[in-house]
Amino acid sequence: MKLTPVITEFWDDPQLYTLDGYRRHGGYQALAKALKSDPDSIITTVKDSGLRGRGGAGFPTGLKWSFVPQNDGKPHYLVVNADESEPGACKDIPIMIANPHALLEGVIITSYAIRANHAFIYIRGEVPQAIRKVAYAVQQAREAGLIGKNIQGSGFDLEVTVHAGAGAYICGEETALLDSLEGYRGQPRLKPPFPAVAGLYASPTVINNVETIANIPYIVDRGVEWFRQFGTEKSPGFKVFAVSGHVKRPGIYEAPLGITMRELLDYAGGMRDGSEVKFWIPGGSSVPMLTAEHLDLPLTYEAMTDAGTMLGTGTPMVFDQTVSVVKAVTRWLEFYKHESCGKCTPCREGTYWITGVLEKFEHGHGSEPELDTLHTLCGQISGRSFCALGDAAATPYPGAMKYFADEFRAATHTSADSQFDPTRSYVFSEAVTVGAAHS
Amino acid sequence: MTITNDPQTSNAGVTPAQDLVNIVIDGVEMSVPKGTLVIRAAEQIGIEIPRFCDHPLLTPVAACRACLIEIDGVPKPQPACAQTVSDGMNIKTQHSSEVARIAQEGVMEFLLVNHPLDCPICDKGGECPLQNQAMSVGRPESRFEGEKRTFPKPINVNAQILLDRERCVSCARCTRFAEEIAGDPSLELLERGAQQQVGTADDQPFDSYYSGNTVQICPVGALTSSSYRFRSRPFDLVSVPTTCEHCASGCSLRTDFRRGVVTRRLAWDDPEVNQEWNCDKGRFAFAYQSSGRIELPLVRENGELRPASWPEAMSIAAEGLAAAGKATGVLIGGRSTLEDAYAYSKFARVVLKTDNIDFRARANSPEEAQFLSAHIAGRTLSTTYRDLDSASAVLLVTFEPEDESPIVLLRLRAAVKNGTKVHTIAPVYSLGSEKLSANWIECAPGAETEALRNLDPAVKNALTQPGAVVLVGERAASVPGALSAIAALVSETQAKLAWIPRRAGERGALEAGALAGLLPSGRPISDETARQEVAAAWGVDSQSLPQPGLSGSELIEAIASKKITALVTGGVEASDLPNGADLLNAIDSANFVIALGTHHSAITERADVVFPVAVVTEKAGTFMDWEGRAKPFGAAFREALTISDAGVLAMLASACGQPFVGETRALRSELASLGGWKGGRVATPTTPAVSATEAARFRLATWRQLLDSGVMQEGEPHLAATARPSVARMSDTDHVAMGAPGAVTVTGPAGTITLPVEVAPVVIGSIWLPMNSPESHIYEQLGCGYGDSVEVNATNMSTNMATGGIA
Repeated sequence: MKLTPVITEFWDDPQLYTLDGYRRHGGYQALAKALKSDPDSIITTVKDSGLRGRGGAGFPTGLKWSFVPQNDGKPHYLVVNADESEPGACKDIPIMIANPHALLEGVIITSYAIRANHAFIYIRGEVPQAIRKVAYAVQQAREAGLIGKNIQGSGFDLEVTVHAGAGAYICGEETALLDSLEGYRGQPRLKPPFPAVAGLYASPTVINNVETIANIPYIVDRGVEWFRQFGTEKSPGFKVFAVSGHVKRPGIYEAPLGITMRELLDYAGGMRDGSEVKFWIPGGSSVPMLTAEHLDLPLTYEAMTDAGTMLGTGTPMVFDQTVSVVKAVTRWLEFYKHESCGKCTPCREGTYWITGVLEKFEHGHGSEPELDTLHTLCGQISGRSFCALGDAAATPYPGAMKYFADEFRAATHTSADSQFDPTRSYVFSEAVTVGAAHS
Repeated sequence: MTITNDPQTSNAGVTPAQDLVNIVIDGVEMSVPKGTLVIRAAEQIGIEIPRFCDHPLLTPVAACRACLIEIDGVPKPQPACAQTVSDGMNIKTQHSSEVARIAQEGVMEFLLVNHPLDCPICDKGGECPLQNQAMSVGRPESRFEGEKRTFPKPINVNAQILLDRERCVSCARCTRFAEEIAGDPSLELLERGAQQQVGTADDQPFDSYYSGNTVQICPVGALTSSSYRFRSRPFDLVSVPTTCEHCASGCSLRTDFRRGVVTRRLAWDDPEVNQEWNCDKGRFAFAYQSSGRIELPLVRENGELRPASWPEAMSIAAEGLAAAGKATGVLIGGRSTLEDAYAYSKFARVVLKTDNIDFRARANSPEEAQFLSAHIAGRTLSTTYRDLDSASAVLLVTFEPEDESPIVLLRLRAAVKNGTKVHTIAPVYSLGSEKLSANWIECAPGAETEALRNLDPAVKNALTQPGAVVLVGERAASVPGALSAIAALVSETQAKLAWIPRRAGERGALEAGALAGLLPSGRPISDETARQEVAAAWGVDSQSLPQPGLSGSELIEAIASKKITALVTGGVEASDLPNGADLLNAIDSANFVIALGTHHSAITERADVVFPVAVVTEKAGTFMDWEGRAKPFGAAFREALTISDAGVLAMLASACGQPFVGETRALRSELASLGGWKGGRVATPTTPAVSATEAARFRLATWRQLLDSGVMQEGEPHLAATARPSVARMSDTDHVAMGAPGAVTVTGPAGTITLPVEVAPVVIGSIWLPMNSPESHIYEQLGCGYGDSVEVNATNMSTNMATGGIA
């Protein structure tokens, strides 16, 4: 399957991040078109396109927009979730750095569609490059009359606020993000009410991922037919895949949904020399891992679910035979333990406990009964926690056990580092340890 | 079983059928109102679902996950504390669902991972929801073998409340209480993950009058109080229901004691009054009960008081009263129980044959006596807490609920959340007003009468709407014409009216007729029918009842001028009166003074005979709250040897040859048998406003802070340390005009008070001082009171004072 650069089409233009650069490649034509049409027709277009949320859950975007009650007399808000923090995920940040106006144009069109006069872009605070680029894009757009009062003479007003997070993974959870945006400590909110009814400042709010919103201008400009020519019936369109790990050319590959991991690996130059796929995760550490036997599955929401995992953020991480699964799972759990917000018991205490047990295994001090304990602990978190963070934390271990139980059993007597020399897995020491040169 | 279709239930209060939904819990069919939480519905059929974060008076958070239950058709177990019922819902709790049982067991196991399990040394052990629920739904043994996270402990969140962060299960009850109920959101959850902990901003204590409630609702031993920590085990305590003696809010309490000593007090559940809350004064200020007590009767001999036997003291007292004939008077403090006040009322009229009686040992006026007789006495429960819940508008006049009746503040706060608009006529926009988002009708202290007469038509109109309420505090007695203006306003707008005194005994004393001109239940003593009804109940001839007598300052003047030669006092603190020195001088000049009291005071020191009386734990009684709601209580220490005021008065009556029964229950039923008064009342007061004659630079605004130098707060230093600091408050304009000083000296007729000054929303030309706080005792130090003219000068203070470091 061929790559289909859309959002990434002109990333080789170093001026793409500027308004002129973006316009040079046809930017803001979709906005002009949108402002001339009925907001409801835009919602219909997005619904018909079948675009699904690119933040990980894959919820149909147009449907989400249609939940916002209209003519309710309340202000509406659009909030862009740009708090990309998932281990392994790196696609929103490159979009914001390279093509911030695609995001912004999407923001304006979406706001127009859902009748929001104020949009917020909540960007992960650790990435000043992205914050600067988006803030600059907003400034240029404002100066050009693309945001502000009476945009392009349409009578539509929009204010856009760029907000930097303060370093909490939980703030990528949409309701925690809203609390954080309102100035509170970021912890997920009890639902219902759902954000579409009572979100930011208790008003109807749409929260969408950066990539989702960046898709909007292209869908509006080129149409449903064009969009649906890519992908599958249930996973239409294209996806910004970010491939990382032990591949020769890690990076961004925009391709239709349905491309296989094997194809993506080829685009990424294949595995580093002398190495083979041991396991990979399709979209962030929160989805269960797959192995080499799954390389030919189409990367779609439905196929990944059928394989017992999820497409997630669509940012595959590929690990070769030098990596200890025990160690990888332990690192992930350490991440979740560190990022658990503390609100609910299963996630707060479960991640603490599981991490401690996994660290024992990592050092070869695990025990056979503890494998069962870990299994039941994950079950005690999964589906019992307040938000998806707990579910995510309960994912890596059972996923790993499905394929690599022997490795965990070995960790009852042999440390991960003894089983797998860590220096062999380092990418930067490849030349020394594997002895192969970059192609 | 269908709970709400019980044929025995009357139709009143039953939810209409269309608002009911049918559900099944563990196979039991029931109908409950729409929107009911599953956990509440289960309680109705006696199914207890485990819970930590859930509290019926707090908004659901579903954080602890202890209450997970299974619902048919829902893939994941749901939190019963946040899940509302819907029609046809089939709910399975731990009793009928393996999924729910395992989910609850799992959560319980997690909760104990980082809990220290130090039950053997924990105050909560024995009454701990974590302990209990770990036993009922937890695993027999934990599989956790790792290291628990630790914190230094305990830490103070304020002087009275200690926090053990290791025990905390992050249920957020305390933080939600602080924010939702108390409106003091300075207690928060900090950090994240297993490091999440309750805390306050850097070195900013959890500043709240209601902080003790957090200890009570903490489902583990994480929050404890300085006064109770390590003092007792709950299973060693005897618990009795009591009523708080501190203010007119009327909180139900539970008093816990061990071997004759009260160890703690808890807020008890009275849905009509305090719900499940109380203030820190009610919770912690009880040490006074057991120290500094008068233990034996005292009689004066050769100018000195000496202990005496009861019979000797009684006969001396009877002789002294006999010598004075009818030239006697009775003055009682505002802390009497209803029965004690009734005994004083009866004692004055039957034994002393005088109507010279007053319970208002504080700033008062004849106008107030007339107002109370005409509009408040005999009208119990005409305005209630429930009226506040649903009030469209509430006007506060000379009343600061947070300081002067703290449960009223909580109920008003809840009402405001439901749409009630509060207006306050006040010289200061207090923190309490801020908590109520009140509309501030600015008014110089003492100018309330004009403010009431010139009330904004919009506010007046709001008061004409059904359900509007006017709440007036006892300080109105300091403002000539204010109570007359209130009576006129209420008559014009038809708003409901309530008078909210500070002290727990005042409303009951009014009902008992412990006020000149007023017999029990609002009967005017000048009314012949009233006299006959009361005389019949008292077994005397109505002709023998006295004619209207003296009250307030007239009574004190009559003592000073020897028109009254003998005086009986009960629980009076001279310093509570603006003219306290006058009272003491009068007492010095009186021929014969009998003082009943629990503690030594300036008055007992001057008395000829002193009788010790029981404190609230040692007697049964009734406090009537501001609503006029009778809140009876029994004696905590039934074997106490002390005698109630009524008991002492009954003995004295016998010694005087006019015996009456002094037993509490007998007095209670006698008063009840009198019934309400249907006859005429004292005319409403029409006192004019007194316009200020002198051009004052500053008018004094002042009231008593909840935690202050009050005698019943003695012996509890941790509580005292949570009091708001003594500071003067003035407007920014005045402050700048004075050169923005760090402190001010306020000068009145009797002297000066120097305090650090704080800029605050205060009416220009007014200065606010705490009335009876450390370094600021208005009556004694300044010799003036609310609304009076004072001089204010900029002052330099030493650094420690200027930064608020006043002990």
